[in-house]
Amino acid sequence: MSENNSMPKENLLSPRNRKLLTDPLGKDNPINVQVLGICSVLAITVQLRTSLVMAISVVAVMGFANVIISLLRHTIPPRIRIIVQLTVIASLVILVDQILKAFVYDISRQLSVFVGLIITNCIIMGRLEAFALNNKVWPSFLDGIGNAAGYGWVLLAVGFFRELFGSGTLMGYSVIPQFMYDIGYEDNGLMILPPMALITVGIIIWVQRYKDRRLIDIS
Amino acid sequence: MSNRYIFLYASAMVVIVALVLSGAATLLRPLQERNMRIERMQNILSTIHIPAPRGEAEELFDRYIIETKVINYQGEEVEGDAFEVDLQDENRKDPSERDLPVFIAELDGEKYYIVPVRGGGLWGPIWGYISLESDLATIYGANFDHASETPGLGAEIADREFEEQFRGKRIFDEDTNFRSVRVVKGRAPEDDPHAVDGISGGTITSNGVQRMLRDGLGIYEPYFKKIRTS
Repeated sequence: MSENNSMPKENLLSPRNRKLLTDPLGKDNPINVQVLGICSVLAITVQLRTSLVMAISVVAVMGFANVIISLLRHTIPPRIRIIVQLTVIASLVILVDQILKAFVYDISRQLSVFVGLIITNCIIMGRLEAFALNNKVWPSFLDGIGNAAGYGWVLLAVGFFRELFGSGTLMGYSVIPQFMYDIGYEDNGLMILPPMALITVGIIIWVQRYKDRRLIDIS
Repeated sequence: MSNRYIFLYASAMVVIVALVLSGAATLLRPLQERNMRIERMQNILSTIHIPAPRGEAEELFDRYIIETKVINYQGEEVEGDAFEVDLQDENRKDPSERDLPVFIAELDGEKYYIVPVRGGGLWGPIWGYISLESDLATIYGANFDHASETPGLGAEIADREFEEQFRGKRIFDEDTNFRSVRVVKGRAPEDDPHAVDGISGGTITSNGVQRMLRDGLGIYEPYFKKIRTS
């Protein structure tokens, strides 16, 4: 997408802008379709709670990072743009971490290493590189939020199934009734191991492609 | 764009980022340190099964912890503020030079002795507090925490369920030999007073807990024996 300064002022939620927000949720999903950010999906989806906070943190970091890079886009020397992007992301992540520690200490304790892991999330840098570097601030912001949300819902879905079948709980509360255990039901220990995250994502991808045939890569 | 511009740009960026981050860190430091102090109090109180909400932790700590002291490896009392002793620093020293904090709590007329322990898990440090009943052999409560163990696996050591297993376990046998508590892979024998169940998928962290208890409680042995005989 290229910039077009001569265009009349666009409505903030014009169809084009809305697409920026909604495409990454479905047919342009960073995880399901672009297959990015898989490593963090493996690491942090054992429980729904951590998935949720990670999703929220990524939305915050990605929104701001896209805005900052978009603001700086005319000044960034192309040869060091990757370093600039990394610096912006890393600074935001450290800032988020510090603020969580100061004001919502309990949540920051639960997140522990995950906040730091946001830096390594390739979706964020992918969007900075592919979108924010060439687009105006508002569309960049929408693109960031949209992609982070697309990442977030897959995270939540995987976290939901893994916690439900792996530990029999959701958000830490038991949801499988005791009589199920009494008649021989057992939590599946395999679900809490990383490979099952990959298989769960695989199933989500399968279902999505079954519904939307255009996504099937026939090349 | 010229090299000059690139260098200037990079330098300016680094300076700005450094200013913003160190500014934020300095501004937020007092708040963060207070949070950490409160968390330590909550952890200590949780070993004697006193739930302490964030807002009341300081008050409850003052009410239940009647005495704090620092001892050396021979069990002799030395100068110092038990609450400020950092086990991370102490563990680097030779055992004979370490400061060992003890917190003494009183609850319903019973005395409990709470000591901190610190060791290593799979990815980073793990630590905790153990409270002992007045016989100084029976564990009354345990609290563990970790820096970066895997959630759902090693991180389960900080779960209530894991910690509760330690209640009633004994660190000395009948002949008052130090036995510590083992963290057994799979299920611990039910009648074994010196063993608890390990965590499936968290064996290295479980072993870390076992080692931490052996080393961390072992160094207090002279002190425990001294109190018991007096």
